[in-house]
Amino acid sequence: MARMGQRIEMRFMLLFSRQGKLRLQKWYLATSDKERKKMVRELMQVVLARKPKMCSFLEWRDLKVVYKRYASLYFCCAIEGQDNELITLELIHRYVELLDKYFGSVCELDIIFNFEKAYFILDEFLMGGDVQDTSKKSVLKAIEQADLLQEEDESPRSVLEEMGLA
Amino acid sequence: MPAVSKGDGMRGLAVFISDIRNCKSKEAEIKRINKELANIRSKFKGDKALDGYSKKKYVCKLLFIFLLGHDIDFGHMEAVNLLSSNRYTEKQIGYLFISVLVNSNSELIRLINNAIKNDLASRNPTFMGLALHCIANVGSREMAEAFAGEIPKILVAGDTMDSVKQSAALCLLRLYRTSPDLVPMGDWTSRVVHLLNDQHLGVVTAATSLITTLAQKNPEEFKTSVSLAVSRLSRIVTSASTDLQDYTYYFVPAPWLSVKLLRLLQCYPPPEDPAVRGRLTECLETILNKAQEPPKSKKVQHSNAKNAVLFEAISLIIHHDSEPNLLVRACNQLGQFLQHRETNLRYLALESMCTLASSEFSHEAVKTHIETVTNALKTERDVSVRQRAVDLLYAMCDRSNAQQIVAEMLSYLETADYSIREEIVLKVAILAEKYAVDYTWYVDTILNLIRIAGDYVSEEVWYRVIQIVINRDDVQGYAAKTVFEALQAPACHENLVKVGGYILGEFGNLIAGDPRSSPLIQFNLLHSKFHLCSVPTRALLLSTYIKFVNLFPEVKTTIQDVLRSDSQLKNADVELQQRAVEYLRLSTVASTDILATVLEEMPPFPERESSILAKLKKKKGPSTVTDLEEAKRERSADINGGPEPAPASASATSTPSPSADLLGLGAAPPAPVGPPPSSGGLLVDVFSDSPSAVAPLAPGSEDNFARFVCKNNGVLFENQLLQIGLKSEFRQNLGRMFIFYGNKTSTQFLSFTPTLICSDDLRANLSLQTKPVDPTVDGGAQVQQVVNIECVSDFTEAPVLNIQFRTLHPALVDRTVPSDRQWSPARPWRYGGTFQNVSVKLPITLNKFFQPTEMASQDFFQRWKQLSNPQQEVQNIFKAKHPMDTEITKAKIIGFGSALLEEVDPNPANFVGAGIIHTKTTQIGCLLRLEPNLQAQMYRLTLRTSKETVSQRLCELLSEQF
Repeated sequence: MARMGQRIEMRFMLLFSRQGKLRLQKWYLATSDKERKKMVRELMQVVLARKPKMCSFLEWRDLKVVYKRYASLYFCCAIEGQDNELITLELIHRYVELLDKYFGSVCELDIIFNFEKAYFILDEFLMGGDVQDTSKKSVLKAIEQADLLQEEDESPRSVLEEMGLA
Repeated sequence: MPAVSKGDGMRGLAVFISDIRNCKSKEAEIKRINKELANIRSKFKGDKALDGYSKKKYVCKLLFIFLLGHDIDFGHMEAVNLLSSNRYTEKQIGYLFISVLVNSNSELIRLINNAIKNDLASRNPTFMGLALHCIANVGSREMAEAFAGEIPKILVAGDTMDSVKQSAALCLLRLYRTSPDLVPMGDWTSRVVHLLNDQHLGVVTAATSLITTLAQKNPEEFKTSVSLAVSRLSRIVTSASTDLQDYTYYFVPAPWLSVKLLRLLQCYPPPEDPAVRGRLTECLETILNKAQEPPKSKKVQHSNAKNAVLFEAISLIIHHDSEPNLLVRACNQLGQFLQHRETNLRYLALESMCTLASSEFSHEAVKTHIETVTNALKTERDVSVRQRAVDLLYAMCDRSNAQQIVAEMLSYLETADYSIREEIVLKVAILAEKYAVDYTWYVDTILNLIRIAGDYVSEEVWYRVIQIVINRDDVQGYAAKTVFEALQAPACHENLVKVGGYILGEFGNLIAGDPRSSPLIQFNLLHSKFHLCSVPTRALLLSTYIKFVNLFPEVKTTIQDVLRSDSQLKNADVELQQRAVEYLRLSTVASTDILATVLEEMPPFPERESSILAKLKKKKGPSTVTDLEEAKRERSADINGGPEPAPASASATSTPSPSADLLGLGAAPPAPVGPPPSSGGLLVDVFSDSPSAVAPLAPGSEDNFARFVCKNNGVLFENQLLQIGLKSEFRQNLGRMFIFYGNKTSTQFLSFTPTLICSDDLRANLSLQTKPVDPTVDGGAQVQQVVNIECVSDFTEAPVLNIQFRTLHPALVDRTVPSDRQWSPARPWRYGGTFQNVSVKLPITLNKFFQPTEMASQDFFQRWKQLSNPQQEVQNIFKAKHPMDTEITKAKIIGFGSALLEEVDPNPANFVGAGIIHTKTTQIGCLLRLEPNLQAQMYRLTLRTSKETVSQRLCELLSEQF
């Protein structure tokens, strides 16, 4: 009964809106572009069709999907059949907490306009599909340090220059 | 602008995103994007060098466009440039772009690897973190080649910062998953295990993930991790909820780490050391106890995290499957969850109980929950939960509750979701067969399945019911009566017509005594469905009719009228038309005795694994079914037992039908040699009866062929009937091969005819001479054939050895499924044994005509240089297929026929050889050089000979050997 073989904590994570707009995608297993698009389309349809109060786990293809809705956004992770569903659900929650703490009451727009930050935070938290650090403090400290470095970098610019008009 | 971006102000990017959001239509969006792409392209191409900030901004815009779902085909170079920037944010965006967009474009990977190398060497932890993330994100083989050696050093170095250690551990894990062969095991492994003792819980968490994956492949090497993991776990579960500070999640201490440690322990059997084992049992008990304590918080996060650990602990308990006490406690805990108000917990409890059901310690405890589970089938609103309930019912089923469970599943099937109907049908069919004490119940169940969900009843299911009815005479009369009644329904599923047609054709006589089911009534009932059915079903019914002609002489004329009607004799479908013609003729010309022989009752089918089970395994993946099945095999052995099938007593198969050529159907050749049963219609049959038809090469024949390139004796081919062995010797351009044919069965092979087949090309270059062998091979006997060989000129192809013979061995007649075609009575020779046709490639290869030549180093290189014409050299670079062992390689080169020249190549790791190929017309000098690359597990093989085709062929042959 030993669980053998190559186990990957997580295959991919998707964030999409109730309207079916993809907001963030992170793939932890090499997947072709075409295949990705197909999987995203298919999975969004399945998840969006589910009613509230249904269970947060579902079997899809050969994977198990764990999802949770926060306001207008669905957070959706695909894991292997034998992986721990509940801890994955809390992984999503921890990521939401991190976003919330960083942006201050995060909303979908924050993630649209600062998609690169959403990626950076996710990368600090998960690496290759495995959780890197579960401490909220450590992750946020790392991100804040990076922001600090950034501010040192930035030299002031005129608005026109910013818009590429200068 | 609705949102204010934090940190950097890439205002241009924000403006662009706003624009896209404001687009009213898809067209407008595409237009805006194309405008932006044109702008970025011109900026990148412009002669004014862009500053880092602009590059970053444009790369970021490209990334955004890509994430919207558009293709991006430029900007990669600019992103790579950003990697070498000293500004953190520019570097970061560069790495992000590469993680998301770069595939293994070799030119870029080299540049990227350079940048990564610099960042890893920078000792700046932030830069190192970015580089490690990039490796983990891309994870390609090239990256593994470049960094798999370096990262373990970073991981265990004393001065590495904790955050970098965490990244290094997970990065290494990723590389190990994609290219395990490139990650060298070494001293670092023991130091990694000790990271389980690290002060920093983040480091422990990352290390545990790495160790778990490594331990799966190298359990011995990481054995010491068990006791460390147990003591770590013990410290966590006994700690107060605030001890671990930020690693406590909603009052649950380090839930992620706990889950991972429990996962790691599942790579091993229960600890042998009693102290460690006791401590682990304590931990597991503590976790089970905590589940009974009142929650420390009402938040769902608290209970989720707590239960995540609990479920993982239960997984470990099930994995060990050794502590009855813990297993029963686990089962009771899950029983509580079955009625929990949280859907998620009900789902997981059903899932987890499925595995508990297969443990002998907890199987009975699981069974007590049957009412709750069947109730879930009716009341759960979510199909994924209902699906779990079906799985659990299947898993907990045994002889004591099979009738109840099958009934519940059948009633659920009436309303079940379409998505899971087929699976339920398979499960019901398997359970009904497995736990049938009374086979009438089995027949009823399957007919119910067809009635309720006919569309989802696959061929395997209805084949199986027929196999079982044919093999058990106690149920045949009941089956005939039941299908007859079921067919009375005005609308019945086509699958029922198939089963009904088959069973009445075999056993209709058992109910014909009752005037309500007289032969004519049976026939009319079946024929009333005929016109509504598809062609294959109609074909099957025609066979039923001819069987009726034998069973019930009184309806013969009625049936002949039907067969004679234009709609049959002139049917547009060839198969139907042909059956009608053949059956009509058969019913007219054959005497009663012949009819009785030809149309005799089907012999029993050989018992083997149910094809339905195979199908379910295929559908659900082997793991989910096998475990349960294996565990249950013992319990069900008595049921599967039943009366043993007796192939030997099946007289119809064991004697060749005397009537075979009396049919007088004209065209069929007198020799009653049928083709393998899989071939198509009769026309094809006639053609393939001619002896010139050669079977395709036997599976595995290529492998065997390759094994003979470097050796001369051994077994070339073997199946359940026949073994072919070889012994051969070669001298200069001549050779002799002894072929041994062994009959592995206990009965004779007839018309045994081996033939050597050479193409015209090959025949011109290779001359083969042999005598025919005795056409009869007794059971258990061996015959020998000698082939004299002469190599006239160099050749590439290999001759094919084709063997045709007839076997009378009844058990080997393939009757896995009662496929209609095999059943078809107009082809009686099929009962009389099978025609066998085997082809294998005969390993007569060019290198067999090698004579080794010894020479000194300077001679070798002088000749090597002489053969420097590009046509004379052929080179092949290939991956090692076998372990790269020097001694084996040497033996193979010698076996290949050339001399192995020691101390010739300046690099002692390389192998060189020399020899002469002898043909009747000429002699060809050959030099070869084989350069192994242990690191990459590759070889480079170079052949130089005076003739291009020879270099080519020898290179091909030898490349296959390593």
